[in-house]
Amino acid sequence: MLAIRNLHVKVGDREILKGVDLEVNAGEVCAIMGPNGSGKSTLAHVLAGRETYEVTAGDVIYEGKNLLGLYPEARACEGVFLAFQYPVEIPGVGNAYLLKAAFNAIRKHRGLEELDAMDFLPLVKEKLKLLDMDEEFLSRAVNEGFSGGEKKRNEILQLAVLEPRLAILDETDSGLDIDALKIVASGVNALRSPERAIIVVTHYQRLLNYIVPDSVHVLVDGRIVRSGGRELALELEDKGYSGVEAETQLAVATPS
Amino acid sequence: MAATTEQIEELANREYRYGFVTEIESDSAPRGLNEETIRLISAKKNEPPWMLAWRLKSYNHWASLEQLNKEPKWANIHYGPIDYQDIIYYAAPKPKGEPNGSGEIDPELLATFEKLGIPLGEQKRLAGVAVDAVFDSVSVATTFKEKLAELGIIFCSFSEAVQEHPDLVQKYIGSVVPKTDNFFATLNSAVFTDGSFVYVPKGVHCPMELSTYFRINAQDTGQFERTLIIADEGSYVSYLEGCTAPKRSTHQLHAAVVELIALDDAEIKYSTIQNWYPGDKEGKGGIYNFVTKRGKALGVNSKISWTQVETGAAITWKYPGVILQGDNSIGEFYSVALTNNYQQADTGTKMIHIGKNTRSNIVSKGISAGHGQNTYRGLVKIMKSATGARNYSQCDSLLIGEKCGAHTFPYIEVKNPTARMEHEASTSKVGDDQIFYLRQRGLSAEDAVSMIVNGFAKRVFRELPMEFAVEAQRLLSVSLEGSVG
Repeated sequence: MLAIRNLHVKVGDREILKGVDLEVNAGEVCAIMGPNGSGKSTLAHVLAGRETYEVTAGDVIYEGKNLLGLYPEARACEGVFLAFQYPVEIPGVGNAYLLKAAFNAIRKHRGLEELDAMDFLPLVKEKLKLLDMDEEFLSRAVNEGFSGGEKKRNEILQLAVLEPRLAILDETDSGLDIDALKIVASGVNALRSPERAIIVVTHYQRLLNYIVPDSVHVLVDGRIVRSGGRELALELEDKGYSGVEAETQLAVATPS
Repeated sequence: MAATTEQIEELANREYRYGFVTEIESDSAPRGLNEETIRLISAKKNEPPWMLAWRLKSYNHWASLEQLNKEPKWANIHYGPIDYQDIIYYAAPKPKGEPNGSGEIDPELLATFEKLGIPLGEQKRLAGVAVDAVFDSVSVATTFKEKLAELGIIFCSFSEAVQEHPDLVQKYIGSVVPKTDNFFATLNSAVFTDGSFVYVPKGVHCPMELSTYFRINAQDTGQFERTLIIADEGSYVSYLEGCTAPKRSTHQLHAAVVELIALDDAEIKYSTIQNWYPGDKEGKGGIYNFVTKRGKALGVNSKISWTQVETGAAITWKYPGVILQGDNSIGEFYSVALTNNYQQADTGTKMIHIGKNTRSNIVSKGISAGHGQNTYRGLVKIMKSATGARNYSQCDSLLIGEKCGAHTFPYIEVKNPTARMEHEASTSKVGDDQIFYLRQRGLSAEDAVSMIVNGFAKRVFRELPMEFAVEAQRLLSVSLEGSVG
């Protein structure tokens, strides 16, 4: 579904991604782990189309299309969704209003009929239950005055409503207490499907206890240094990033 | 990832929908302003001597102000000198053929208003909204007049009111905005041509929205609308005005005066959707919207509420205010002013508290984009007599892009120690992170900005009558076209 090849990304003069290669298949939950500043969030934003990042080399093929050639909204309409680490407040715009506008923008792109409020509302309410969210969430302004946990849950609500093909969760666990983490994780797990790929970007192993990944990739200093199964995440927890990094360097240095 | 040619073309075409000109012969006064012009206007309207005398007094006062160069210069707006002798002060569409007295409206005019979304024909007219349609200097039609008359409500053109209801006009004209009030109000008092007149009798709750649609058509013509609304004891009326003008590369002057009077327990709700031609992207052309609007909450427990959505005009200079004279009276001002490209707006309100326990509420939302300059200027004055007066003001500014400006000048004068005043202000920018967030959810950049701006202005839109709130939102979006690059 997604193939990233030799991706190099700059912000200003600083190169952040230094040749990332990654394949993600439909149905896969893929975890990208790494220490602070390793480029995890950059990768997530580049996939979503944030224009402050400059792609200097490499390409990203998503469902056979050149993803980097699309506007952010076109990517969204093609089924790419980013759950933000820091969801943005939009004062005065109702949550339900945004959800419906986004939902219909995507439907329109796919040549489907737009839903009116009467048909849309029951659908949203269903998803609210999934995330143990109160209906009053819908009438509040987007993320305005939300607690950290509420903001994260709101991202997952949008994810659940928009049903993307490729969901990227950027540090969704940061700032969540254990109860909220469980709710968010069960919401995400409910969205696992053979047609959908989920990329979970996280600093800590903790989230992966609840969203069990099929593959784990370790990003250090703009490169993926190790890839493996779930056990790699546990190893990281045990040895820390520096441990894994040291082993990697050793592996590179020692001729086999 | 540059925008495609089609996208650019689409934007260019969507700019200003009302910029067309109606080809119609018009009966115009010669260019220039002198006593003769005043006499000509008065004669065209077949006015009684008292009206002419009032106009002439106003003219003489204005002429002395002009000589002393008293055109107001304090506002935060910039424009070249206006040549008052180069303006046509009266232009009326010529009736076709012999006037048959049946009150038939020229089909050309009907078609024009229909194109503007204001059908006047018996069959098509808007349900629940009575319309007075003003074309250049004259009112061409007023709908639902008879139905309203059954309730004793007078809704007609100002010219007709001078003929049919001279006592009411004489009693109230200039009672809120004196003819010597300010340069532009004085000019209006001399040369005003048409506008609407409303009288709602005691205890009557006007069952429909009353509205006036102002259309400027003729070239080099000024429009000097005059509107007077009187709500008698215990009555209620909601009134709305809308306006548009053709696209032209020269500026045109619109100097209106609106006076509202609310007697005991009466309420007037006055809403404006101002969409005069704003000029082109380089700031060429557009209407100078220099207007004086004021209400007098004369009676006890009376209430006057102004809601304005100002998206058009090259320059807006406008401070709809309320004189809170009756005890317990309430004044409200809700405003959204948007300046894009090279538009300038200096707008706000004046709340003058005289009666006891008077309350005023001000919510101003200024939006600046392009090179637009947006100024909020407001005065809250609590007089000695206004024991227990309260005011709440909220002024928020939203900036889009790097080249626009927002300015706030709140003036507060308190002469009674029991007054309670609150003032809140904020300035924010439409952030790239907000736009990206919404685009990531599938909205185009234009739709994202429009959503953010509409969210910002929502508090004010809530005050508009339902039908017009939708129109206002749409207008705001259209006026922002091209503000994100």
